[in-house]
Amino acid sequence: MSKKFLSLKNIQKRFPIPGKDDYIAVTDVNLEIKKNEIISIIGHSGCGKSTLLNIISGLDAQSDGDILLENKHVLGPGPERAVVFQNHSLLPWLSVYKNIELAVKKVMPELDATELELRVNKFIEMVNLEHARDKLPDEISGGMKQRVGIARALSIQPKVLLMDEPFGALDSLTRANLQEHLMRIQQKVENTVVIITHDIDEAVLLSDRVIMMTNGPEATIGEILEVNLQRPRNRVELQHDPEYIRCRESILSFLYEKFAKEDE
Amino acid sequence: MNNESVKKILLPLLVFLFIIGVWSGIASTVEDFPTPSDTYIAAFGGINADGDEIIGVLTDPFYIENQDDKGLFWQIMESLKRVFAGFFIAILVGVPVGLLIGMSKNAYNAFNPFIQILKPVSPLAWLPLLLFIFQDINMTAISTIFITSIWPIIINTSLGVKSVNEDYMNVAKVLQFSPLEKITKIILPVSVPYIFTGMRLSLGIAWLVIVAAEMLTGGIGIGFWIWDEYNNLNYHNIIIGIIVVGLIGYILDLIMGMIADYFDYTKKGRA
Repeated sequence: MSKKFLSLKNIQKRFPIPGKDDYIAVTDVNLEIKKNEIISIIGHSGCGKSTLLNIISGLDAQSDGDILLENKHVLGPGPERAVVFQNHSLLPWLSVYKNIELAVKKVMPELDATELELRVNKFIEMVNLEHARDKLPDEISGGMKQRVGIARALSIQPKVLLMDEPFGALDSLTRANLQEHLMRIQQKVENTVVIITHDIDEAVLLSDRVIMMTNGPEATIGEILEVNLQRPRNRVELQHDPEYIRCRESILSFLYEKFAKEDE
Repeated sequence: MNNESVKKILLPLLVFLFIIGVWSGIASTVEDFPTPSDTYIAAFGGINADGDEIIGVLTDPFYIENQDDKGLFWQIMESLKRVFAGFFIAILVGVPVGLLIGMSKNAYNAFNPFIQILKPVSPLAWLPLLLFIFQDINMTAISTIFITSIWPIIINTSLGVKSVNEDYMNVAKVLQFSPLEKITKIILPVSVPYIFTGMRLSLGIAWLVIVAAEMLTGGIGIGFWIWDEYNNLNYHNIIIGIIVVGLIGYILDLIMGMIADYFDYTKKGRA
């Protein structure tokens, strides 16, 4: 546990603007993420939190700084850093089963046909979608699609699960339902998870630590909050838990007092 | 029968009667122009205007008198063979070129000006050049069809590639797909509906082209047959030819449409 797992060192992201100085979206981001830790990155829109996630996933390259996963430099995207995309990104011509199979087949080519089927089915069951196994993405609800997205990401046994506002496009009841799913799965598989969110309750409920980002340009980590709540967590009971209330207030004050955004 | 389906039968019937009326009008003003009844008899047989009993071209389409005198069925088969030969070569070349142009900005910039210039060239302009090159009726007809029907396949395939969602490519990147896997597992499935739209347009063009091409190259084929009937003063057969060409074009389009729908994932699973 004490060994360094995922480290972000002096990350900066610049975007060139013709004829002007570069736009510095994110700068001086230093963060150590422990194994099996769940962290949320929260901030106003435009704070570069999605940029940061894209840099960790390798889909976007940092302009400066280093990312190390188990002491190895992260260069480009790879299946050990699986991404759950905000808009699920399921391939619409493949069934739920085939979408997951595509990922498992590619990442674990050593599996034989039976093992492959077992593994795909295991992850479909993990998100309780046995009944939708052969449905196409367009035939299932938004929440179900996102569950498939989570199953697909977990099925390839990533070292880190990266979630980019995974429940952002869903209504609040579906959202709560999916958060429960995620916590239940997390109890079973123990993963290192990085969640980008703009939802304070979601951040506190799900995370061990909440990373609060200042506003861009030149956004950086403003505060880091430890959430000292026992797991499994129950959202109803937590409403009156002093630690939960403290965490919520701390994030609220960061986002709406220290770094309020006037132009929204 | 409800009101809607009565209308669906009755309204085209009214238009049909109107067309017959106009046709009869033309026949009574233009000398030697076949009347609708002349044409019907020429097609399906009976006693013609001269009082002779004749066999219709559509009642006996399978006859083979000699190498130069065959029934309408054989004429059509010859034309279809050429159309499909040209069409398939156009697919074989057009789809890979379309994929390349869709995926590579450089390839797009390199090829696009020539595609835009060559696309509107009439098949009749290509024909003399190709006839000069091949000195062969079949090769000329097939290559003319190829060169005029390839453009919609190239253009639609590249459109399909460009329509590939960035998110799908991100999935491919995270899974570290090879370039070939990106093509077969992401780009092609997304592009297939576009490719089939291109093929449908292309087949339509091919069928348009064949009539003109065969008129100039001669020999056998529905286009040559129509021209030959003009030279034989069998004007009613020209009209029969037009109707047959139209019907076959319509059937080809229907079949292509069904194949396209079958491969179009956006039309599946929405029963």
